[in-house]
Amino acid sequence: MNSVTLILIGNAILSLFLITIWGLTLNGMVMKIVARVHGRFGPPVWQPFLDIIKNNAKRTMIAHGTMFFLGPVFRIASGIGTYLFIPAIFGSTVFSNFSFSGDVFLVMYFIFFGQLGMALGAGESGHPYSPIGVSRGLAQMTAFEVPFSLAVISLAVQYNTLSITEIVAAQQGSILNWTIFTNPLAAIAALIALLGMNMHNPFSIVIAPQEIPIGPPTEYHSAYLGMLQTNRAIFNIAKLVLYMNLFFGGATNFITLILKTFLIYIFTSVAVGVAFPRFRTEQSIRFFLKYPALIGLLAIIIVSIK
Amino acid sequence: MIFGKKRKVVTKLENDGLKAEEKELFCDLPPRTYKGLGKYVEKFLNWARANSLWILGFGTGCGAIELRPLMTARYDMFRYGIAPRPTPRQSSVFIIGGYASIKTIKRIVRSYEQMQSPKFVIALGSCTINGGMYWDSYNTVNRIDYYIPVDIYIAGCMPRPEAIIAGFEALKKRIIAGKAEGANKYAENFSWYKANQKKIIKDWNMPDYNW
Repeated sequence: MNSVTLILIGNAILSLFLITIWGLTLNGMVMKIVARVHGRFGPPVWQPFLDIIKNNAKRTMIAHGTMFFLGPVFRIASGIGTYLFIPAIFGSTVFSNFSFSGDVFLVMYFIFFGQLGMALGAGESGHPYSPIGVSRGLAQMTAFEVPFSLAVISLAVQYNTLSITEIVAAQQGSILNWTIFTNPLAAIAALIALLGMNMHNPFSIVIAPQEIPIGPPTEYHSAYLGMLQTNRAIFNIAKLVLYMNLFFGGATNFITLILKTFLIYIFTSVAVGVAFPRFRTEQSIRFFLKYPALIGLLAIIIVSIK
Repeated sequence: MIFGKKRKVVTKLENDGLKAEEKELFCDLPPRTYKGLGKYVEKFLNWARANSLWILGFGTGCGAIELRPLMTARYDMFRYGIAPRPTPRQSSVFIIGGYASIKTIKRIVRSYEQMQSPKFVIALGSCTINGGMYWDSYNTVNRIDYYIPVDIYIAGCMPRPEAIIAGFEALKKRIIAGKAEGANKYAENFSWYKANQKKIIKDWNMPDYNW
């Protein structure tokens, strides 16, 4: 290995570490904000860190087979993979990660990949709630991928590129260059898909507290669960960084990244989540395939006519 | 039992006579004790454990009703790092919500054994301490800690949510002091606990090792 590769790997580890810390803090802040909306005080902001330490410090662990063991590994591989192929900060060498000229497609694949791995792992656990959660999750994912893919295709046509770095570069200069102003229809379709991806209410049909206790990870415990929780933070922030890059002009420093991801998360997922009850499975799937998909199609048509 | 009725003696456990590939579904080993990871690491981990208590509520008696207000805005247990968890695998605190009948003690034992160590038990109400108003009932267990190790008893009939929060604070102190080693106690006295459980559970039709 030459020194360039080593520096690249070192930078990736540093950026992954910082983004994990921010992702966990963001989860803690969201728990606090949701609690304030409910009229409670809520857990402390550092609660996610404590939960992960506690879960990893459990003394016993049970395996239900090889695939059960690999489920969380696939999940965290997908979270890390999603993040590591997105250039997190425009113009920064540390945060440029492993981005290349076709990264947007690879990132879309990685968003899918984790759920498929988790489906196999949770299926082997043998708990009846796991396959229910898995089937709901895969059905919903297939549905929200439609508006999201249409929005990404629209962006690819608009900017004539598949590289996230070039999409961000095209949005620099003024706030009016952001995709949300230059291509609002694609942004709307993709932001509605983000609601499904983040699995807050009304699209919380996979984890579905009080309905199917917690869906796919019902049997996961100890360090498996610690891994899944770490992944939840990384994957969440990776999706937010992707949206920030695609629609909100990217970030040129870490403070901007923190501010933009926080605002995107609060205003698209959390604010909607605390205001609406949960959809049923078929309602959620029909919702994504109706208006958001149509808006995505319109976005492509309008962009290609221009 | 009290009426001297001859109990069904179970000689064959569920693990016996299974095919080799199905045997993997059950555990063949008794539980063992686990040591901490060294003084200072264990202190830090105990602090984390004490501040992230995930509860498995076993709503046997009226205690379950007193647990509900804890989750709502009025008492808000989340600010103490306590959260409900729907499955025994993920939770670390087992709450027995009141009297346990002989039928439910079976489920209590199974749920307790499925929890991952270190695990803590809180028993609510007088019924779990000495039977309370059911002390001479024919099908109610009088003392829970003959069957699973209990860390904290919260007395009362029923204890108010404030009392339960105080109980959680006492449990936290116990965990931080490193005294809450119920899982190790269960493993050390495993045969005693099993003998007690088998004495009271008439139709013992589950494996001895439930994890």
